[in-house]
Amino acid sequence: MSHCSGASRLLGRFLLLQQNGVRHCSYSATRKNLNINTNTKVICQGFTGKQGTFHSQQALEYGTKLVGGISPGKGGKTHLGLPVFNSVKEAKEQTGATASVIYVPPPFAAAAINEAVDAEIPLIVCITEGIPQQDMVRVKHKLIRQDKTRLVGPNCPGVINPGECKIGIMPGHIHKKGRIGIVSRSGTLTYEAVHQTTQVGLGQSFCVGIGGDPFNGTNFIDCLDVFLKDPQTEGIILIGEIGGNAEEDAAAFLKENNSGPNAKPVVSFIAGLTAPPGRRMGHAGAIIAGGKGGAKEKIAALQNAGVVVSMSPAQLGSTIHKEFEKRKLL
Amino acid sequence: MASPWAAQAGTALRGLARRSALLRGSFPAVQLTPRRWLNLQEYQSKKLMADNGVTVQRFFVADSANDALEAAKRLKATEIVLKAQILAGGRGKGVFNSGLKGGVHLTKDPKIVGQLAEQMIGYNLATKQTPKDGVKVKKVMVAEALNISRETYFAILMDRASNGPVMVGSPQGGVDIEEVAATSPELIFKEEIDIFEGVKDNQALQMAENLGFKGPLQQQAADQIKKLYNLFLKIDATQVEVNPFGETPEGQVVCFDAKINFDDNAEFRQKEIFAMDDKSENEPMENEAAKYDLKYIGLDGNIACFVNGAGLAMATCDIISLNGGKPANFLDLGGGVQEAQVYQAFKLLTADPKIFALISVGITGITQWIYAILPCEHPAQDVQVTIRNAP
Repeated sequence: MSHCSGASRLLGRFLLLQQNGVRHCSYSATRKNLNINTNTKVICQGFTGKQGTFHSQQALEYGTKLVGGISPGKGGKTHLGLPVFNSVKEAKEQTGATASVIYVPPPFAAAAINEAVDAEIPLIVCITEGIPQQDMVRVKHKLIRQDKTRLVGPNCPGVINPGECKIGIMPGHIHKKGRIGIVSRSGTLTYEAVHQTTQVGLGQSFCVGIGGDPFNGTNFIDCLDVFLKDPQTEGIILIGEIGGNAEEDAAAFLKENNSGPNAKPVVSFIAGLTAPPGRRMGHAGAIIAGGKGGAKEKIAALQNAGVVVSMSPAQLGSTIHKEFEKRKLL
Repeated sequence: MASPWAAQAGTALRGLARRSALLRGSFPAVQLTPRRWLNLQEYQSKKLMADNGVTVQRFFVADSANDALEAAKRLKATEIVLKAQILAGGRGKGVFNSGLKGGVHLTKDPKIVGQLAEQMIGYNLATKQTPKDGVKVKKVMVAEALNISRETYFAILMDRASNGPVMVGSPQGGVDIEEVAATSPELIFKEEIDIFEGVKDNQALQMAENLGFKGPLQQQAADQIKKLYNLFLKIDATQVEVNPFGETPEGQVVCFDAKINFDDNAEFRQKEIFAMDDKSENEPMENEAAKYDLKYIGLDGNIACFVNGAGLAMATCDIISLNGGKPANFLDLGGGVQEAQVYQAFKLLTADPKIFALISVGITGITQWIYAILPCEHPAQDVQVTIRNAP
């Protein structure tokens, strides 16, 4: 009697390819909010906490335009030389902020996201790991029915436009402004891709960590759409892992939108080929359940869409470099 | 700039893999039985359901033969089913080291319940899904046996594609549901539920009809469906699967068996449920790791991993495999790892006699890469640590 139930596998057979019609269209209009740059003004929710303080200092050192933070009850005070506000609405009104980064603990993080959505902040990046799935289902229900706010995460390292704006916990110094768009479900594994692309001289146009949770605000397709439309992004690296269908959906999107002679080269690595079924591998979303969500199927789907899949995380830089050579883009 | 860890690890790993393969023969592989993260015994799941208005067979739990006998008498049932309570499946065909065959027995006589329980409690039950020596049975469930005239399948789960809860059902329950899906997909019914509106009356009635419940049974089944959904939300389940969701000849809708998966992220607000977690059938190292909040999963190789980040941890296991080795574990130290946890993790991994080498990968304080390969010829002694920091 395997505990890996049939329910998830059954649902795989009824994959919704066209999701939620009109609602989905409205939320996808917020994809453009992912384009952060030197003008992006960032506020921090959970500003005065340990994580908020540390990463805000790092952001300021990197040159991100951090303009203030939220810590209910501490409004009016100053922290790291910046104003503290009681609410997101107040902070947005006073600073003109266009993005918010959330370092609030799991029991309160969903409420923090909701507050920022209510305040119509264009971009929310939620770093928090451990938000209950039911909470995120409720957040997502609200999120996809509006068109002002884009959420990235939760349980993600954040978004970075190297040299211009860093929203999240990624180490800034390994990044170099360049030509590769990187999108990933993993945090530390992404830094491998970043390091390698910096080393081979290609650099990164833009990196998005979409996070490891099953219910999140931004998926691979959202980022691929932005990358395909961005003239600065000439190549793409996609880092996936076991669990769910995000990679398969991404493959279908690429087949539809990135084919032919002008297709941008896409290189990928899928973590978890050796993961045992039924176990949650760290990330809430990294689980092979009911026979679905395995790495082999994801790799096959991506290869079928023209993606070059590397079997080793050590060869992402060299692989995309080769692809650039082949297309005489160097 | 120093080259990335992965490239260097690759070279070192190929050497390690060759040596570790030679040693692998000397250590028996750990038996891997897939486990849910949170483990509830059958009686615990059924009590949860019963407490929330879901119809299950009446039952008592006993931890001695005498209690089992008394429970059987109290039950006042026409027929009684006695079930050994262990987490692993395959109980029906299991064998006790007392000599008794079968972990599930039907009888009409309470005295026999007592006699059988005598041969169950305190003894080990070995099934296809337990280690060879079996698992000690501490409790038995004494339940009212009911006849099933019809078996259906019903489940509720949080589905990524639908962005929320979904009900899945089939009038063909009791058997392997995946086979039904493969051979008769028209017999699988699916209904999305709006998380804010809950299960609407017409949705519940429609699903009950699809499952083949007719007349007064349709309303009864619809009622049970709503109660199961409420339970699903209340306990922060990621999945509740009832198979069979059955019909008795007397006209009752009963949940004969259920598998519940829980969201670990909700532990902080589901303390009562997580307190019921029975860790006795887990691999001891996993329990030890859990004590220090380490995300550890035992695998059957002999190269230990010690990594900062889940994706990177999975990739580390993958790259070991790619180079011909076998990972001994998955270990994600996580973003907020403390020094004490790192120390405990090292201690835990190097104490395992089957570990030949240990690979550590990660970032601490976000500005440093720490990279170490520790060849452990004799894990308890002579551990050499090589640490390289990237600038």
